Amino acid sequence: MTQLNMVQAINLALREEMARDDRVVLLGEDVGRDGGVFRVTEGLFEEFGPERVIDTPLSESAIVGAAVGMAAYGLRPVAEIQFLGFIYAAFDQLFTHAARIRTRSRGRFTAPLVVRTPYGAGIKAPELHEESTEAFFCHMPGVKVVVPSGPYNAKGLLMAAIRDPDPVLFLEPTRLYRMVKEEVPEGEYTLPLGKARIARPGGAVTVVAWGSMLQRVMKAVEGYDAEVIDPMTLSPFDGETLLDSVKKTGRLVVVHEAPLTCGLGAEIAATVAQEAILHLRGPIIRVAGPDVPVPLAKLIDHYLPSPERIRAALDEVLQY
Amino acid sequence: MPESILATFTVKRLEIIAPDGTADESLVPDLSGDELRRIYYLLLLTRAFDGRALALQREGRIGTYPSVLGQEAAQVGSAFAIHERDWVFPSFREMGAHLTLGYPLHQLYQYWGGDERGLRTPDGMNIFPICVSVGTHIPHAAGAALAAKLRGDRIAVIAYFGDGGTSKGDFHEGFNLAGVMGLPTVFICQNNQWAISVPLSAQTASRSLAQKAVAYGFDGIQVDGNDVLAVYRATREALEKARGGGGPTFIECLTYRMSDHTTSDDASRYRSPEETEQWRERDPILRYERFLAKRGLWNEDYAAEMKGKAGGEIDEAVRRYESVPPPAPGEMFDFVSGELSARQQRQREEASP
Ligand SMILES: Cc1ncc(C[n+]2csc(CCOP(=O)(O)OP(=O)(O)O)c2C)c(N)n1
Ligand SMILES: [Mg+2]
Repeated sequence: MTQLNMVQAINLALREEMARDDRVVLLGEDVGRDGGVFRVTEGLFEEFGPERVIDTPLSESAIVGAAVGMAAYGLRPVAEIQFLGFIYAAFDQLFTHAARIRTRSRGRFTAPLVVRTPYGAGIKAPELHEESTEAFFCHMPGVKVVVPSGPYNAKGLLMAAIRDPDPVLFLEPTRLYRMVKEEVPEGEYTLPLGKARIARPGGAVTVVAWGSMLQRVMKAVEGYDAEVIDPMTLSPFDGETLLDSVKKTGRLVVVHEAPLTCGLGAEIAATVAQEAILHLRGPIIRVAGPDVPVPLAKLIDHYLPSPERIRAALDEVLQY
Repeated sequence: MPESILATFTVKRLEIIAPDGTADESLVPDLSGDELRRIYYLLLLTRAFDGRALALQREGRIGTYPSVLGQEAAQVGSAFAIHERDWVFPSFREMGAHLTLGYPLHQLYQYWGGDERGLRTPDGMNIFPICVSVGTHIPHAAGAALAAKLRGDRIAVIAYFGDGGTSKGDFHEGFNLAGVMGLPTVFICQNNQWAISVPLSAQTASRSLAQKAVAYGFDGIQVDGNDVLAVYRATREALEKARGGGGPTFIECLTYRMSDHTTSDDASRYRSPEETEQWRERDPILRYERFLAKRGLWNEDYAAEMKGKAGGEIDEAVRRYESVPPPAPGEMFDFVSGELSARQQRQREEASP
């Protein structure tokens, strides 16, 4: 076993899947010779050649649209969108086609593709490089949305995503790319999509967080009897793990960096309100980004949920 | 019935100043000596701005920055032809155009320093904010041109973008709209031959980018983007045509990105230093100096004096940038909407200590 960071773990997953299955083809801007702007695809162009690692023209719509056609034809495309903030030109392809080609063709054609993209704030990059608009994509029946939280689960989740029979949006938290190293085994292992992980067991309050907010939450809850849930897959959401935990703790805090209004926290809160309201001792609290466009570097720390805000939410709900 | 030829087309290329500084006098624009020297100063100022930005980035005093090194002529030459009433829709690598148009230098540093107040265009200046999402602003230029046309204003609208931008759907959609409606738009491509690591040959199978205009029913011209007078001449003609109701033009400025894509990039991973070296010999400022020297408008002393002046202007801009107090947290709410919702107001209060 080796210690890898998330970039290396994703790279390893891609390499192993490409070696195992020659239908797996990468495409995107700068994924080939350059190895990707975060070096996630480093070395794969050299190892698998330009027919398996394709540098495309600068066109997100063509990247995702082509992936739909490639997937329908029998390949297993793994497309990269350079940053989530640049995916919107491809929104049409995802929503209108990838998400529903199975439905539209009554099962005759499918789109087993993965769209990988860096996601989230905290690298002090220019506008649109720090977005976390996961909720848009969770509102797309037919598309799965995955967010790894560490090197180990990144590899297992990506392998599962590539093997999944349907389109998967794989959101890679840029802030975690090189933040931690973990033991990441070589060889195949998959983590099931749609299954959450208890990142920390506890009894008094359930906290749900994903991506780089999970790291922040894990520090913030030190000293609290908090159970932390890392959903890993945002859509479909593992309601069972969530409800089991809330029925035990009776309290729920959801933390995400996306803007509060209509963020995924709303869906999680609604699920708990509907299915477990009688187990709740106090209000569900969402700690989220404010309802503003993600600001640039000078204000980003005021935008992101701070450890203080997370602890204040815990203190508040624990009063009940 | 025999086959017949339905369409053939030609694409012009314009160069005025040869590498040794000699010029085709029939094409040299009618600019005064002062104006020719002003262009020289703007080229120097752009280079000084850029060099300082790279240094500030290395010292952590600004964030990620995309250098314009090598593209000064394509930016200054085009912007020098733009009138105050025209509208400009830039991308993110036209700081030379910005400062030619009089955009405050310190605000450019402020923006690249991660403070969006730098994007607040001074009143009276029709420059849209820097657009980071490649090519997405091209339809805006068509729309502003449509509005000007509907209003009967004799102005032109300019969109700047790179070679990579020509692969985006928005490029084609904006071009089509401008062509079919005969809009007063001038599209200016900074073809620096790279889109991060993707070379022009992997971006398009067209012989030139200029010819893409032909399919949308208007003229495209390629100019030597390192020849400031060729860029100026082509832009001025296109702007005059647009203002006079003659419809859109596409100008491809063939130039070269001398630096890494941005300060986060390492171009040695994907292109040879020899290629970059070759372009160093075609430096736009060097060529223009030779041209000016032949007209008695340039010597070493004059160059030193102008470089000193540009350096001073940059020092002052950096000083101003760094003396601006950081934005207050409430600032991120202030321009979200004309009016904040009750929830946003609450969030604003919570964010403001
Ligand atoms: C829609 C979109 N996709 C991807 C990016 C990331 N990106 C920033 S610049 C760039 C290359 C742009 O190339 P080009 O249009 O030639 O302009 P240049 O950088 O050469 O000035 C890419 C891929 C982006 N900013 N916007
Ligand atoms: Mg380019």
